[in-house]
Amino acid sequence: MATQHSRSAARMMMAPAVVLLLGWMLVPLIMTLYFSFKKYLPLRGGDLGWIGFDNYVRFVSSSAFWPSVSATLIIVGGVLTITVVLGVLLALMLDQPIWGQGIVRILVIAPFFVMPTVSALVWKNMFMDPVNGLFAHLWKFFGAEPIAWLTEVPLSSIVMIVSWQWLPFATLILLTAIQSLDSEQIEAAEMDGAPIIKRFWFIVLPHLGRAITVVVLIQTIFLLSVFAEIFVTTQGAFGTKTLSYLIYQRVLESQNVGLGSAGGVYAIILANIVAIFLMRMVGKNLDA
Amino acid sequence: MARQVTSKRKALNTVLAWGIGLLIFFPILWTILTSFKTEAQAINDPPIFLFFDWTLENYQVVQERSNYGRFLWNSVIIAGGSTLLGTAIAIPAAWSMAFVPSKRTKDILLWMLSTKMLPAVGVLYPIYLLFIRMGILDTRVGLVVVIMLINLPIIIWMLYTYFKEIPGEILEAARMDGASLKEEVLYVLTPMAVPGIASTILLNIILAWNEAFWTLNLTAAKAAPLTSFIASYSSPEGLFYAKLSAASTMAIAPILILGWFSQKQLVRGLTFGAVK
Repeated sequence: MATQHSRSAARMMMAPAVVLLLGWMLVPLIMTLYFSFKKYLPLRGGDLGWIGFDNYVRFVSSSAFWPSVSATLIIVGGVLTITVVLGVLLALMLDQPIWGQGIVRILVIAPFFVMPTVSALVWKNMFMDPVNGLFAHLWKFFGAEPIAWLTEVPLSSIVMIVSWQWLPFATLILLTAIQSLDSEQIEAAEMDGAPIIKRFWFIVLPHLGRAITVVVLIQTIFLLSVFAEIFVTTQGAFGTKTLSYLIYQRVLESQNVGLGSAGGVYAIILANIVAIFLMRMVGKNLDA
Repeated sequence: MARQVTSKRKALNTVLAWGIGLLIFFPILWTILTSFKTEAQAINDPPIFLFFDWTLENYQVVQERSNYGRFLWNSVIIAGGSTLLGTAIAIPAAWSMAFVPSKRTKDILLWMLSTKMLPAVGVLYPIYLLFIRMGILDTRVGLVVVIMLINLPIIIWMLYTYFKEIPGEILEAARMDGASLKEEVLYVLTPMAVPGIASTILLNIILAWNEAFWTLNLTAAKAAPLTSFIASYSSPEGLFYAKLSAASTMAIAPILILGWFSQKQLVRGLTFGAVK
């Protein structure tokens, strides 16, 4: 039904969105690349000339680099493990017939709608505070010494906060996938006497494979740039400085734009590696 | 895969599910409860759950002291403005890709999605610099534009998947009945597209409302929305549990309510059609 006329009309209709996104992608990207090859300190002399790959070498050889890589991996890996495992269990649970299913669903999804600064602040003060936090009360109730969560086990604490925020996302997507599972298959397996563990392992889990991959990829992209949760809780102290937080500090706090930009280029490359896999999966499902 | 089960098992499942649901919801519930306590009751040892003197005082104090209304207004303008602007740009684009697809449509869609994957911190300084040069640092206009751009791919994708579901045969039928292009769009397409557009707008208002990287880094006193308002409570001198809770409750309440309406659309909006 597409005539020559409607084709050119279609191009016109797409133009604003394409031009805007192209600008949004290219302009900052080129600027970041440009700065990354310069010694550029806005508050201490400004543009001090080209220095080749120095920033790239300095960024990875600084003493803060490897700890930031490991903090990033722990946060991303920890949150992914917790949200996927608990997400599968929760999705299975929500798929069972229960009374008040709609309300339980809402309760489980709610954390996703809480803005990151609020959840970080509430967890930090009202739950993890070593004196007045609810956990401290709970620990004392059982006769244990309260834990100063964000200083003693800072990474686990942040993993906990972020997992709470992302669990609803994983659950919701996995639930959608479970609901598309053909119930006859399960019933057949049940009649053949397959125990529940086997039914889960050989039928449900393989069916969820694709959804789990999607959850992992999308969350990874967002988790690599977790910011507000660290900004509000530890400001990057106690070993919670992730790669993106390190770049943020280099750029805005120490105003070493060249160095920070080189870090930014690393972050962009890293995110793109994950994105390629995600795009493949999305693309396969797209019958355009 | 819902199947018939005995009511005994259903009761057991119900208890378990409600227990876990309430556990996950508990931090929100606790925040809301604490917002109605006095400061002394908020840090009482042992904690008080329900039997305290309910008071609205915290809400008054927060509002008076921090000019809550201004932050709220900034959030409304930034979330609403960026979503409406983004939708206005996305509708023609998604419409043309859904109804006049070409060989490159798929590539364009995937490329648009890829711009969403760009880590914000990687382009923080350029955007910061451009904002200063253009004089839009700490303005609502600047934030509306940036948030619109980061959500534009999602808006286009969601609209595209909704428009795709409108059968082309209906358009052809309308055309054969002699409908002009204008009539076709106005009377045939629009009514079918409205629900999809509405849910797209709803989900994107939520995403824009909760966006916390650019709002924290590109605003100061003037254009700061609720995300930054809450972050300002992280300094020790502002630390009063009951007031913190009241401020938090006010910041999340509007979006919790919107969120409950949009939960069905979440999956579609956030997985780009990869999970159905």
